Amino acid sequence: MPRAPLTYLALNGSLGTGFKESSLEAGLGRPLAFIGADSGSTDGGPFYLGSGEWIWSYAAYERDLRLGFLGARRLGIPLIIGSCGGGGNDSAVDGYAEMVDRIARAAGVTARVACVKTEPDRELLVSKYREGKLRPLPGAPTIDEGVLRAPGHIVAMSGAEPIQDALDAGADVVLVGRCADAAIFAAMPLAHGFDPGPVWNAAKIVECGSAAAMNRQGQDCILCTVEDDGFVLEPLDPPVRCTPGSVAAHTLYETADPYRLTMPSGTLDARSATYEALDDRRVKVRGGTFTPSDTYTAKLEGAAPVGYLSSFWGSMRDPVILGQLPSWCEAMKAQVDRRLASTWGDRYRFDVKVYGANGTIGEPTDAVPREAVLVFDLVGDTQEEASGMARAAYHVVLHYPVKEYRAGSITTIAHPYSAPVVDRGAIYRFTLNHQLVIDDGERSQVFRTSIHEVGKP
Amino acid sequence: MRSVANAGRCFSLIRSKDAGPFMLTLDLFFADEHCRRAFLDAEVFTAERIGALYGVDPAQVQIFDLADIGALKISFPRPVVSGDFGDTDITGGQQYALVVDLIGSLDVEGEGPGLTVRLP
Repeated sequence: MPRAPLTYLALNGSLGTGFKESSLEAGLGRPLAFIGADSGSTDGGPFYLGSGEWIWSYAAYERDLRLGFLGARRLGIPLIIGSCGGGGNDSAVDGYAEMVDRIARAAGVTARVACVKTEPDRELLVSKYREGKLRPLPGAPTIDEGVLRAPGHIVAMSGAEPIQDALDAGADVVLVGRCADAAIFAAMPLAHGFDPGPVWNAAKIVECGSAAAMNRQGQDCILCTVEDDGFVLEPLDPPVRCTPGSVAAHTLYETADPYRLTMPSGTLDARSATYEALDDRRVKVRGGTFTPSDTYTAKLEGAAPVGYLSSFWGSMRDPVILGQLPSWCEAMKAQVDRRLASTWGDRYRFDVKVYGANGTIGEPTDAVPREAVLVFDLVGDTQEEASGMARAAYHVVLHYPVKEYRAGSITTIAHPYSAPVVDRGAIYRFTLNHQLVIDDGERSQVFRTSIHEVGKP
Repeated sequence: MRSVANAGRCFSLIRSKDAGPFMLTLDLFFADEHCRRAFLDAEVFTAERIGALYGVDPAQVQIFDLADIGALKISFPRPVVSGDFGDTDITGGQQYALVVDLIGSLDVEGEGPGLTVRLP
């Protein structure tokens, strides 16, 4: 006997970036099994994971979470959020749980919240590394035990299983630290016994919200109905449409391999997927195969501090200097190095980007720009040092000469701010791109779940 | 005719993006099947050419020919890891510009089934 279809709603592609309340309301009128949202990304670089800061503002997260949570409570269905805060740090899981508590109290409701923390114990990682159970992924940096013990944060990317365990424990809200985007949307359909091929393929597409649709004006909700032979995608804002082309094109987005998606429990191959227009705004997708893996793995991400950054920038308009910009920069950098070494030794890093010439990509260029903006970055061990280095470099740059203007001192950059140096705080770098092999009995050590009753009736 | 206008004429979408912090991916959607055929026949997008353009080992360049949706996907390790000191483009969002430059350097003649593409 065919299984009853399972319908779920993705709030948007990144919690805190908004969606139309009318779209959510339209979705709540359907027989939803759960609401999900991805909250994480490495798109913004290593800062969020490294520092534990959240990508968007508290107010922006609170608005999306409140609407999603109250909608889910109204229907009595779970709300599943993955990669809290952006980096998926343990502290962000706690922060989201407090936010849910406040929202629940204000609304006079209670909820059972499952917190799944995903920062593994560092000594566990070191012992796994010694056993050869940290496998490098494409482009991975070389690592040693020092990387695994460095300050900053290391997270393991959760699959569907910790979410399924939380749902089994009766969670109304599941808050996961770092989480594979697709796992948010695959956990419940898999638990209901649907074919994992289409389930993972659907989950991979909807984790971006309505991004797989055409005509969208911004972030918005999308509805997905999993059936025995595939799944149907349907945007909830009436003018927005999913077409076979828009859905197929989206499967390419921000993935290195357009067909394969590796999850802790196996690999999706979407090569056999077909896309059929059910009408002018709904698409049915069939196919996709999922091959379970012999070993259970989790992707590790790490971000570690490298120092403190101070920056300044200025624009240049004189064609005489712009005509010799590469050689002027080289000589100027050498003079900055001498100036900084005299006071800070080798405790600094210095970089210049020339926007308007080749600042965006950094390729060699002979073209002479009409105007250029030079951005100067200094990194030191403390903010105070970095700031001092930037102020010293600023003075060298401001008056660095060209031979043509030989009769006196010149000023080479125009800058709009007093004071010109901006102290940007700690900066980080990504340190890991590895698979952690998780042996039997280790999963609950890597992904640690606690259940909390929040709110007030 | 050599022109960067051929980017918009022969493609409906050209974009780049990080695929995680360690990989960059380029998506090229051809305007139609004639364009796709002409660019593939001229062997414009090879691992060697993309490797040289982006300063990466051609052996690390993966090219996916997605004929059913008229697209090419090209993926390779980022020369600088996203957010490392000195990175110029954290999301990788403007790195496709070198491909537009490449398209602008090609001799593109004719139209429809008669479209031809020639490397300089």
